Amino acid sequence: MARSDQIPGIRPRATLGRQLDIAARHAFPATCTILLMLLTETPLGIADQYALLPAVTLACVYFWSLFRPAAMPPVVVFMIGLLFDLLGYLPIGVGVLTLLVVHGLALRWRRVLTRQGFLPVWLAFAGFSAGAAVLCWILTAALTVRLLPAAPALFQAVLTAALYPALAILFIKAHRTVADPERA
Amino acid sequence: MIRLSIQARQALAKLTLPVLIAAAFGIMLLGKADTVIAEKARMALADAMAPIYVALAEPLAGVRDSIADATDLWQIRADNARLREENERLRRWQSVALALDAENQRLKANLNWIPDPAPSYVTARVVADAGGVYAKAVLLSVGPNHVIRKGEIALDERGLVGRVTEVGARTARVLLITDLNSRIPVILENSRAHAILVGTNGPRPRLMYWPEGTMPQEGERVVTSAEASAFPANLPIGIVHFTAANVPEVVPAAMLNRLEVVRIFDYGLGGVVAPEAASRPPERWDH
Repeated sequence: MARSDQIPGIRPRATLGRQLDIAARHAFPATCTILLMLLTETPLGIADQYALLPAVTLACVYFWSLFRPAAMPPVVVFMIGLLFDLLGYLPIGVGVLTLLVVHGLALRWRRVLTRQGFLPVWLAFAGFSAGAAVLCWILTAALTVRLLPAAPALFQAVLTAALYPALAILFIKAHRTVADPERA
Repeated sequence: MIRLSIQARQALAKLTLPVLIAAAFGIMLLGKADTVIAEKARMALADAMAPIYVALAEPLAGVRDSIADATDLWQIRADNARLREENERLRRWQSVALALDAENQRLKANLNWIPDPAPSYVTARVVADAGGVYAKAVLLSVGPNHVIRKGEIALDERGLVGRVTEVGARTARVLLITDLNSRIPVILENSRAHAILVGTNGPRPRLMYWPEGTMPQEGERVVTSAEASAFPANLPIGIVHFTAANVPEVVPAAMLNRLEVVRIFDYGLGGVVAPEAASRPPERWDH
């Protein structure tokens, strides 16, 4: 049941078009995450393009878990994690666990973080990206039974934190307009 | 829909995340126990995405080329002078090479040398980077009726690129020689000493296990060795370069960071196949 249905008041009749509109707005965060993930895998010809996939995925899951958790439930995070593992050639399950942990922690600290301005949210995300890179590194090393170089993990963490503002600007715009079910 | 009390629904909502985290551990173990499922899922996804990559490759290459053209125009004069000089030098080398080739043919004729069989090959376009944070690989689009198999060898116009490790319905994945899992038996060309080329995920793989007393030389050419029947002998790989810490590395001859087209050679070798394939029954070596 949409949240707008629980609030009393006068609103337009629930025609088929309106229901579709509401559904589309609910599906926006997950759909846009998956499309962005697939976009990072296209042959753009950028050096070190592999680091774009974790950066985009982590930013999407973090942002929507904080600001629209109803549209980013754990099951969706699980599916996104599976796609992340398959596209990023990580051992299966590594991305799933990392994203679920990010989602869980973002939900727990939601009440504090969503009241802050942009900068504290970004700083917290920098912490999340470092933690996620370390978790991925540890799990991949444990599952492949070998010591991995630390440089790619560090690069991934820095790039993820650095790309967040660019993505967040788009997400904030979307959050207030096309992804808002109450404007249906 | 089943009607539940508010408390039951809240309890269920709270349980979802822990259950899914447990499931994540579960599929981690499953992926570790059975690598074939993960591999099949990956190649199915790659097969589904390949047409989109192919369709996007043309316009993206167009944009890249026009940017490259614009920068090239600036240095066209300097390039011209350099190329004239290089051409002069290569002409001299060409005459040397032709003379040596003729001499080689004559000597082989005298020795009744058994010539190596000419390998068959197919040419395929690189459509995407199939690597990740801890893997270096490329994805090839090979069409629906391809004959590419695991363990075949990929070269670009300059040297060794890697080996085919996964084959899908219309795509193939080539593990680059720079990947962390890559181990290649090589020969140092001057001393004919054997060594192993070990990928590090960096741009230059490392040389290891050369025999005592024959240090690799800076600038020495490195070629494949036919040992273990994984590669044919004498495919060019690159040249030796020592790092500041005095570790011998190999600068690959192939342009691994901008691969566009590679040739996949079938040398009919039956040696060590792809790293993950060791536990499975052989699929093609039925002779």
